[in-house]
Amino acid sequence: MPDFPSDLRYALTHEWVRVNGKRATVGISDYAQTQLGDVVYVELPEIGTPVECEGEVAVVESVKAASDIYAPVTGKIVDTNNDLENAPETVNADPYGEGWFFVIDMSDEELPEDLLTAEAYSAHCQDEDDE
Amino acid sequence: MPFIPHTHADKASMLETLGIASIEDLFDEIPERIQCADLSDIPDGVSEMAMLRHMADRARQDESGTCFLGAGCYDHFIPAAVWDIASRGEFLTAYTPYQAEASQGTLQLVYEFQTMLASLTAMEVANASVYDGASALAEAILMAIRINRKSKSKRVLIPASLNPSYIATVQSIVTHQGIKLDLMPTLDGLTPISDIDFENAAAVVLQHPNFFGLLEDADSLTTNAHDADALVIGVVNPMTLAILKPPGDWGDTGADIVCGDGQPLGIPMASGGPSFGFLCTRMAQVRQLPGRIAGRTQDKNGNDGFVLTLQAREQHIRRAKATSNICTNQGLLVTAATIYMTLLGPQGLHDVASACVHNTHWLVDRLTELPNVSMRFAAPYFHECVLDFGEPTEALQQRMLNNGILPGYPLTGLIDNGSQAMLVCATETRTNQDIERYRQVLADG
Repeated sequence: MPDFPSDLRYALTHEWVRVNGKRATVGISDYAQTQLGDVVYVELPEIGTPVECEGEVAVVESVKAASDIYAPVTGKIVDTNNDLENAPETVNADPYGEGWFFVIDMSDEELPEDLLTAEAYSAHCQDEDDE
Repeated sequence: MPFIPHTHADKASMLETLGIASIEDLFDEIPERIQCADLSDIPDGVSEMAMLRHMADRARQDESGTCFLGAGCYDHFIPAAVWDIASRGEFLTAYTPYQAEASQGTLQLVYEFQTMLASLTAMEVANASVYDGASALAEAILMAIRINRKSKSKRVLIPASLNPSYIATVQSIVTHQGIKLDLMPTLDGLTPISDIDFENAAAVVLQHPNFFGLLEDADSLTTNAHDADALVIGVVNPMTLAILKPPGDWGDTGADIVCGDGQPLGIPMASGGPSFGFLCTRMAQVRQLPGRIAGRTQDKNGNDGFVLTLQAREQHIRRAKATSNICTNQGLLVTAATIYMTLLGPQGLHDVASACVHNTHWLVDRLTELPNVSMRFAAPYFHECVLDFGEPTEALQQRMLNNGILPGYPLTGLIDNGSQAMLVCATETRTNQDIERYRQVLADG
C-alpha cells in the first residue's frame, strides 16, 4: 500500500503540498512515483518564476513515461531541489522527504479548497486503480 | 482485410456512420486562421505507365552534363559498394523499425552513424537524422529557444550568407511559432561579426563555410555570442570537417547545436533530394534534441545491445509536448552515409575534401584568367566560389548546357548585381580536362 502522510494535502494530479507559513513545499506522492516507475530525470523551474494554481511547472520523466507537474497553489517559485538533477531516483526512494521538487511562496495563505486530505486522496488513488 | 483503397461505397458508409457530409468536415476543428493553403493544386493520381514515363523524363534531366553545381548539393563519387550494401534486404528500410529493439543491426548502424557525426563535428551526441539540412536547422532553432528559456527571448539571428533554401524553410517552420528571425546583413560575402547586435537574442546561426563558399570568423562569432548569453547554431557541410576546425571547437566553448545536410556523404544528387539532415548537441541539452537516438547498453545477461533511448522526449510518449513532431529519420540514406564514411575512413574523407578544395581553386584560377571573369569576393573560400562572368547568366547557362556543361548556380536576386554571377564548385570528380573544357567553351563565347 502506498503511504499518504496525514499532515500533507494532495492534488488530483498527484502532487503533495506541505505548508509552513506562506511557503508551500511540493513533491509527488508515493502513489505517483510507484505508477511512474524508476524516475530518470526531473526538469525543474527557474527560481523566481510566477506560477498559477494548476499551471504546468515541472516535468518528471521515468523509464516509461514523462508527466507534467502542476502547481497546487498560486505564487512564485522560491526554491528548487537541485539534488534531483544528479539523483532523480530520490523521488522513488523518499517522495515526501528528500524527493521534494520545489517551494512556492504562496500569494494567498489559504490553500485552495479542492486540495484533498490524505484520506480523500487515498480514496481517489483507489478509484484510479479500480479503473 | 484486403489491402485495397476504400471504395466510394465504403466512404459513404463511413461518413453516414459518423453523421457528417464530407471528409473535409473531419478537419473542421482546425482553425481557419492556420489553414494556409488548400489541396486543390495536388493533381489526381495517374496510371503506373504514365508515372514511369514521367519519372524517366525527369531522370533524363539529371544526366545532362558535367556538373559544376554545388549550393548545398554536391557531385561526389560514390563507391559502388555503398549502395550495393545499403540495398541489401536487411538494411532496406526508410525508417527505424517500429519494433526497434528486434532489429539490432539497424540500431547498431544508427549508433555508429551518430558516433561518426558526433566525432566529425566534435559534439557529444547526435540524433538518428531528420529529413534534410534545412529542416535540421529549423529544429535546431526550436531547440535553442527551449534550451535558452531563461533568456525569455524568441529572437534568433540568421546570416544573409545562409543558404537561401534554408532561410525559406526556417521561415516556414518557425515563424508561426512566435519566433522572430532577424537577418544579419552580409558585407563582402561575410557576416561582419563586430557589427552584430546580440541584445536579447536567444541564439545565432552561422553557416561555415557560408553559402558563397567563404570561411566566416566562426571563432569570434561563437565567443561573442556566448558573452551575450546567446546560443550558437553551426550549419556545416560534413565533408568540410575533414579539414576545417569542427564546430565543437569554435571560439571559447564551441557551438551549442550543430546541424547540416548529409548529402555529400554518399547520397546521389538526384535532382536535389531526398537527402538527410543531422543534428548534434551537448549531453547537457540532449533532452531538447528531437528525433530518434540509438544508445548502447547491456541486456540482463551482460551482453552488449542497442536500444532507442531517451524516448520520453518523443511524440509517442509526450504527445503534444514532444520536442518535435519529427518522429522518424532517413534510415536508408543514413545507412548509405554510414557505409560511405566507413569505406573512406578519416583519411579518405580528408583526401576527398582536399581534392574538392584543390579542384575548385584550380577552376577559379583558370576561369579568372579570362578577361571577363572575376571573383566577386576576396575572402578565402573552401570548395565553392562566386564568379562574375561579365554577361547575363541566363544566356551563358544555355550556351554551356548546349555543350554538356552545368556551369554553376545562378545568383540572380540573391546578391547585389547577381544577374551575371554564379556559384561554381568542382568536386573530386572533376578532372583537369573537365575544367579546361569549361574554360574553352566559356572563352569561345
